[in-house]
Amino acid sequence: MKASKKTVLKRNIDGYAFAAPALIGLFVFTLYPLVCSIFYSFTDWNILSDAKFIGFDNYTKLISDEVFLISLKNTLKWVVIYVPLSLIISFGLALIAELPIKGVNAFRAIFYLPVVCPLIVIALLFTWLYNTEFGLINYGLSLFGIGPVGWLTNPNLAIFSIALMSVWKMAGYNMVVLLAGLQAVPRSVYEASELDGIKSYQKIWFIKLPLIMPAIYFVVVYAIINAFQVFTEIFTMTRGGPGNSTNTLVYYLYTKAFTHNEMGYASAIAIIMAIIIMIVTVLQKYVLGSKVQYET
Amino acid sequence: MDNAVNTRSRNKKKAVLVIAYIILVLFVLFDLIPLIWMILCSFKSRTEIMTFPPAIFPSEWRFDNYVKAWNAYGLSFTRMFINTFTIVIPGTFFTVLSATLAAYSFARIKFWGRDFLFALFLLSLMIPDSVVLIPRFIFFKNLGFQDSLWPIIIPMLFGYGLPVFLGRQFFMTIPQDLEDSATIDGCGRLRAWANIFVPLSKPIIATITVFTFQSYYNDFLYPLVYINSTSKFTIQLGLSAFRGEHTTRFDLLMAASVFCLIPILIIYMFAQRYFVEGIVTTGLKG
Repeated sequence: MKASKKTVLKRNIDGYAFAAPALIGLFVFTLYPLVCSIFYSFTDWNILSDAKFIGFDNYTKLISDEVFLISLKNTLKWVVIYVPLSLIISFGLALIAELPIKGVNAFRAIFYLPVVCPLIVIALLFTWLYNTEFGLINYGLSLFGIGPVGWLTNPNLAIFSIALMSVWKMAGYNMVVLLAGLQAVPRSVYEASELDGIKSYQKIWFIKLPLIMPAIYFVVVYAIINAFQVFTEIFTMTRGGPGNSTNTLVYYLYTKAFTHNEMGYASAIAIIMAIIIMIVTVLQKYVLGSKVQYET
Repeated sequence: MDNAVNTRSRNKKKAVLVIAYIILVLFVLFDLIPLIWMILCSFKSRTEIMTFPPAIFPSEWRFDNYVKAWNAYGLSFTRMFINTFTIVIPGTFFTVLSATLAAYSFARIKFWGRDFLFALFLLSLMIPDSVVLIPRFIFFKNLGFQDSLWPIIIPMLFGYGLPVFLGRQFFMTIPQDLEDSATIDGCGRLRAWANIFVPLSKPIIATITVFTFQSYYNDFLYPLVYINSTSKFTIQLGLSAFRGEHTTRFDLLMAASVFCLIPILIIYMFAQRYFVEGIVTTGLKG
């Protein structure tokens, strides 16, 4: 039976009418700005005067821009400290949360508390905890005769301190993701291995870890994407300093655009950032897509 | 023989549980100490907070830190809460409305270009806010909005990609029969959306609501770019203003941080389940 012309028309009108608000949002506030960003990135523009088309000049300038390269490197450092620490802590917690423990929900509620706290509150709190002279962390270390450590004032240390704070804040989040991965493994897989007389640590290493690879990939990719968007922490804690040791791409973009008015140059940073994030996301889909399924 | 093995494995299981509890308790301390420290410091005097080694408990509980913090630095938390909620409440409401309407359309109505448009939504999930920051800023500047809350509110009224995607995935699982019987009853699509899809999707809608509220409330970059005058500050901006270039009154800052935390904590207390479910659905399936 073929739908009449009128029904088809009605269906199309309805479809667009229902989706209209979201579609307007998508086109006006995401896709159109994205196209604008690409366009701006090929111009020399300080808002006050007219934009001048300069081709790829912004991009070639970026490649040799020392601050840009430092910002990229800082992003990498953030990932290198955040990912392994988060995985170890959160995988451990997820394994424990799987055990038949009383009050596991209360524990989970507490672990998740830092995740819901506004980032700015946490960033300001850690500015205080990391304080060289009066901070709680240096007080704790002083009891062991260590310190004082310049957590945010030592240029070699500052970006790691900020990454450590993120490990603290996101531990509960990553735990929930990994726990969901563990719980998605069918019981039958464990039962089969128990019949074969497998030891617990072997079970963790040879069965649980490989089977929750998708969740681990997710944590890693999400961390990389987040690393490219670190801003609030930098703005409130260090303003990119000391030197440029905690400058990040978004913070650099922000200062270029809103303190130096270099809109074209800042847009080029935005586009590079978007490209990197897209590559990482697509790679993740590709890797996950080829992963083994639990069910046979 | 069998019994001995059983006892041994039972003892081993017990030992594992004890170790597990110890780790959990240590981690609870690790999580809570910074937050408790924040609260303790918020009651200390200006001089006491700047002493080393620090006293754990305030020698005198300064409740008036909270009174001072409420209006410190010429800011008013009354004003800032009003500003924040003027943005966040309509923003969240309309984001959820727009997302569930679009989700229904993408899940159930076969219209021309649907799959292509949905693919565009998926693409938009990959574009971070910071990438479209500059064009949006210029867009609103050209429209004449300066130092105003509107550039923050307006995009929220239309929503963003993730809730559309989550809603659509959920709506796809609702049996077609339910809708068919309703359509035979002469129930239009809008009524199918309102009477069938929305009521059956309460968990996912709650998740979307909580998630959206949280991200709007916590937003810092956009208010920072759009707003200059303190009378238009959001909570997040006000808090960052406590951090001075040279000196920071950490006693007042800690009290102000507690103000900023309270709304989120209240919601977390009542809707904890949806916060956690939010990650599982947004994370693994996204």
